[in-house]
Amino acid sequence: MSIRGKAYIAGAWEHPTRKAPDKSLAQLHAECARGALADAGLTKDDVDGYFCAGDAPGMGPLSMVDYLNLRVRHVDATDIGGSSYIAHVGHAAEAIAAGKCRVALITLAGRPRSEGMATGTTPRAGNPHQPDVQFEYPFGIAVANAYAMCAMRHMYEYGTTSEQLAWIKVAASHHAQHNPDAMLRDVVTVADVVNSPMVADPLHRLDCCVISDGGGALVVVAPEVARSLKRPLVKVLGAGESVKGQLGGEVDLTYSAGRVSGPAAFAEAGVTPGDIKYASIYDSFTITVLMQLEDLGFCAKGEGGKFVSDGNLISGVGKLPFNTDGGGLCSNHPANRGGMTKVLEAVRQLRGEAHPAVQVPNCDIALAHGTGGLLGTRHGGATLIMERE
Amino acid sequence: MNIMAAHSTERQIPAPTPTPETETFWQGMRDGKFLIRRCAGCGKAHWYPRALCPFCFGDTEWTEASGDGVIYSYSVMRRAPEPYAIAYVTLAEGPTMLTNLVSCDFDALRIGQAVRLAPTPTSDGPPVPTFTPVG
Repeated sequence: MSIRGKAYIAGAWEHPTRKAPDKSLAQLHAECARGALADAGLTKDDVDGYFCAGDAPGMGPLSMVDYLNLRVRHVDATDIGGSSYIAHVGHAAEAIAAGKCRVALITLAGRPRSEGMATGTTPRAGNPHQPDVQFEYPFGIAVANAYAMCAMRHMYEYGTTSEQLAWIKVAASHHAQHNPDAMLRDVVTVADVVNSPMVADPLHRLDCCVISDGGGALVVVAPEVARSLKRPLVKVLGAGESVKGQLGGEVDLTYSAGRVSGPAAFAEAGVTPGDIKYASIYDSFTITVLMQLEDLGFCAKGEGGKFVSDGNLISGVGKLPFNTDGGGLCSNHPANRGGMTKVLEAVRQLRGEAHPAVQVPNCDIALAHGTGGLLGTRHGGATLIMERE
Repeated sequence: MNIMAAHSTERQIPAPTPTPETETFWQGMRDGKFLIRRCAGCGKAHWYPRALCPFCFGDTEWTEASGDGVIYSYSVMRRAPEPYAIAYVTLAEGPTMLTNLVSCDFDALRIGQAVRLAPTPTSDGPPVPTFTPVG
């Protein structure tokens, strides 16, 4: 069974907050749910499927379904880190195609900024039953240094430079200047990035995404529901997902799970990277973007550095406009999980509702891709391809 | 902060929490033996240690490793109370493992550099397998 054309994204809403010390986590989820349903022109009583991941408080979907007081006949709490919400859209399309639900709600929210979380640089002990913890936590594996080792190896194998990585941040900043909600709206230069303080070699401060509160939600619906609504029709064309780890010790840091999820999504969608007018690419760090672009086939492995240089990712300038909301590098990274906002901006682009300064003309096919967990140890990857009908 | 003077030996390494599957490994570290798991069926060594071979699901057994390796990748965490070097080291026996590089000049580290085992004590647990550059 293919999900191609079996479901539509009818509602999409991003919480404007970037710092919410006065709100509870469940409340943020609820505000996002309300926003996305209102955007679609639906009510909470229309929802019969609910999707969430590890950012939702409580056991899987139990607490949030109860808090939101939903009457559901399908739930899914697949957690592949920040890429979960991209995978959820594909799962929702599968459930809708199988007749398990008609209106699927996906929510994400988090408040790491209010909680003072040093997201990227603090090693976290984790559950001692997690088999890798005893062999990794003592060595101080955090987030930044896990991604940094990928960057270091990529530089070694392919000659990728810090200046090339910096172009990714530069492009994001060009977009963020037009987003009034973005945390960082100043346009930066390659020099600004490579001269910012080193966090974990070779990643500088400006190679890292922001830490923000916030959230977002999506409503995925059956075709007949979508056609009954007044919103532009954003059709799900294809989806893919995978998990990649250390391969039993045959560690290869040069590629991501996107090498599996990307081709699967393209095959299901029946399109190629050349057909993609806009791409949302998870940007926890600059290196994340570069490796994912290669794995998705936008350029050959090892050519990512050249591909992202000279403004090639800037809307209106380059060949592949990316993260036109400013992405995680400049706008927000709610719950330390960037997959939701990746889908949200892709939907805005397909609807023609992105900021006019960054709107891609005739944006009919878009992609969202994410990496969840740690690129340098074990991570999930999810790819979603959508079309404006 | 003078990052040139930073050495990971200053960082207090937390003790690992063994499981029934790995008690022998950590006892080996206490006894000065660096053990890895090798498959009795396919013969391949792997990392981190598992009872079932991650390549063929065969039964595995402990074998002492040489402690020799080369740096596959590394990163010095500069934004930490005490900067430290995390790394992947490829062992002479084949597998690549996550570790720390210790007792070294962080700014002289290079991918491909030869290293050898130099365990680091933990405050209330067994020593952990860390490495230091050779020569």
